[in-house]
Amino acid sequence: MNLIRSLLFIQVFIVFIYAEFEQELQLKLILSEPGDTINLGSGVFPILGTLSMEGKNDIVIKGAGMNGTILDFSSQVEGAQGISITNSKNIVLEDFTIQNAKGDAVKGQHINGITFRRIKTQWLGGPKSTNGAYGIYPVQCENVLVEHCMAIAASDAGIYIGQSKNIIVRYSEAFENVAGIEIENSINADVYGNNVHGNTGGILVFDLPDLVVKEGRQVRIFENIIKNNNVENFAPKGNIVGKVPAGTGIMVMATEQVEVFRNTIINNKTAGTAIVSYFITEEETKDIQYNPYTSSIYIHDNIYRRAPQIPTLDHDIGILLFAHFFRDVPDIIYDGMPDPKYIANNGLIPDSRRLCIADNLDASYVNLEISKNFESWYSPFFVDFITDDNECNCMQDPLPKVVLDLEI
Amino acid sequence: MSKIYFLIFILIGFSFSFSTHPVLDHAFPKLSDYKFFKQPISKQLPKQNIIPYTIASPLFSDYAEKLRFISLPENTIITHNKDHSFNYPEGTFLIKTFYYPDDFRNPNGSRRLIETRLLKKIRSEWIAIPYVWNNDQTEAVLSLAGARTNVSWIHYDGSPMNLLYSVPNMNQCKSCHVHKNILKPIGPKIRNLNHEFSYEHEIMNQLEKWIALGILESLDNIDLLPSTVNYENSDDGNIKERARAWLDINCAHCHRSGGPAETSGLYLTIEENNFRALGVYKPPVAAGRGSGKRKYNIVPGHPEKSIMEFRINSTDPGIMMPELSRKLIHKEGLELIRAWIKNMPKIHLSY
Repeated sequence: MNLIRSLLFIQVFIVFIYAEFEQELQLKLILSEPGDTINLGSGVFPILGTLSMEGKNDIVIKGAGMNGTILDFSSQVEGAQGISITNSKNIVLEDFTIQNAKGDAVKGQHINGITFRRIKTQWLGGPKSTNGAYGIYPVQCENVLVEHCMAIAASDAGIYIGQSKNIIVRYSEAFENVAGIEIENSINADVYGNNVHGNTGGILVFDLPDLVVKEGRQVRIFENIIKNNNVENFAPKGNIVGKVPAGTGIMVMATEQVEVFRNTIINNKTAGTAIVSYFITEEETKDIQYNPYTSSIYIHDNIYRRAPQIPTLDHDIGILLFAHFFRDVPDIIYDGMPDPKYIANNGLIPDSRRLCIADNLDASYVNLEISKNFESWYSPFFVDFITDDNECNCMQDPLPKVVLDLEI
Repeated sequence: MSKIYFLIFILIGFSFSFSTHPVLDHAFPKLSDYKFFKQPISKQLPKQNIIPYTIASPLFSDYAEKLRFISLPENTIITHNKDHSFNYPEGTFLIKTFYYPDDFRNPNGSRRLIETRLLKKIRSEWIAIPYVWNNDQTEAVLSLAGARTNVSWIHYDGSPMNLLYSVPNMNQCKSCHVHKNILKPIGPKIRNLNHEFSYEHEIMNQLEKWIALGILESLDNIDLLPSTVNYENSDDGNIKERARAWLDINCAHCHRSGGPAETSGLYLTIEENNFRALGVYKPPVAAGRGSGKRKYNIVPGHPEKSIMEFRINSTDPGIMMPELSRKLIHKEGLELIRAWIKNMPKIHLSY
């Protein structure tokens, strides 16, 4: 009891010291008016509860630089986010760091026009399953710009765009996360010029069932450096990213119209680029509107490099690849599950709906054909997989560039 | 020390009271300015036109007790729609005061009032206006940015309790009360009001009372209308009904179509009948460490494998559900949800 009392005393004491900055900032967020810039000032500011902004238009929240302004949530006692912004329009967050949030670092929901510029989200102490799930986390937003940001050590995704439309993620760095950058159930996204390294998986493009917004599509991933994404998967079990094998560069799951080009994809030990259906998760879904297949995937003009090394042995796919290829695992891994609705009567799929692979440097390929090779757990160990990428020798029209409608 | 702290936010509250925030156009600086209550207002005795009410199954907020009142402008009436939702007239106030009895074994003894929240309907929209009670319990002061305050009490079982209580800020009010981007009341709907209440001179069904007072449009066959069970009363309904009532009031304001947590695909309204949407064998979407290393939201027969049980049983801000309104675990609610999951028929994945 004495211990509890003294802990409580310390807690009250902390509240007393820091309440002022936090309360003033929270009040500014409540009372801000269109056109306002809220300056955070420079310093390290301990914050105890979620800072929230709701129903605002044309607001800039500005710090004194990633290293100049640090909102520190190490002693957070309430709220599942560091910063939460909801139901707003034209919001800009720039030049500050959010660290050690108990849940997500910064979440934006139902915002049309949200910019994250030179924002750093991090959990100190490196990859840990006790870190918060997402760093930069807009969901159900439109016109999302993430640029010159850094996302470090999220136990799910560093930069996570979910159920959104019209997105650009560029010139950002993500490392020590489970997923560096993830585009999930989103439409019309450009992800380019990013440096994504030392995560479990570099860039993920997922479409999941049972959600309000599905049919994720039209995603371009280009001119990124995707390197050494070999960190053991530290996501808390149960989460979909927990199923991503360590050593994944790019993974496209159940999404259509994805163009992957001019990236440099280096030393991701298990799968430089994986193109898979939802079936690979071995989860069931009863969502009849959901399309579990990939289609219209175009991988071209990328540079692949991979030193001979053992893929992850913590994952069934890694073990299978190891058994077949030992240290020389192919760069592009396809599960061989085309969308049946695009298979013509003659058994062929038009080029525009297929997986096309063209003009990459040093890209080796394997088609796992999971529909016929995975009848029992041991059968895939005794088949010859297709490793000739001639079956993907085709080209597609480039996807359109994303144009954002941002007013500030 | 807490007095100084109170002083700080009172000062902040006042210093901004000349700003142009729309809420401030409609909010008085002090609760007594509204003249809802007879003096002294700490007794919370309503004036004649202010009607007290309760709802069947209340939201758990760290064991705080609540007093609820409704105030309608003179000669106005609440109408209702086919789906049993209410249309409140302009100028309606819903008033809710949170308090802790000093000793829960003596609920009518001395108590400490913490906060009074107002919902006011203006120009067909609701606004939330939070007031925080001072230490002398003589007044509650407008506090848009919320507050934290230390409370202690003797619990039902005689054990002493201590808590750093959080009064939500105005935005946090909305984070629960929002539906399709519009702020709305949660508790007072027909199914939650359709039970008896001890008025000063009589015990009467609340809907009948409101109709008799002329503040509610008349309803046919009140006994046939839905009535939520009281999850706190183990004689009321069965485990499933009580568990669904608990989930409805504690979770469904966010976890429903159009609510802030619709992104999870987990819908917990009392009307929901899709097992998957309720969480049965449903993998999480963005739970992070809230998954507790469990695969599904609900595994029938196995509360210890269900994410829902894990999150209700946590006080870690990054894990716990609901996200707001509590620092403690609602033990009784947790036991109820455990029993519900435990007794759930073990349907195969292809239900």
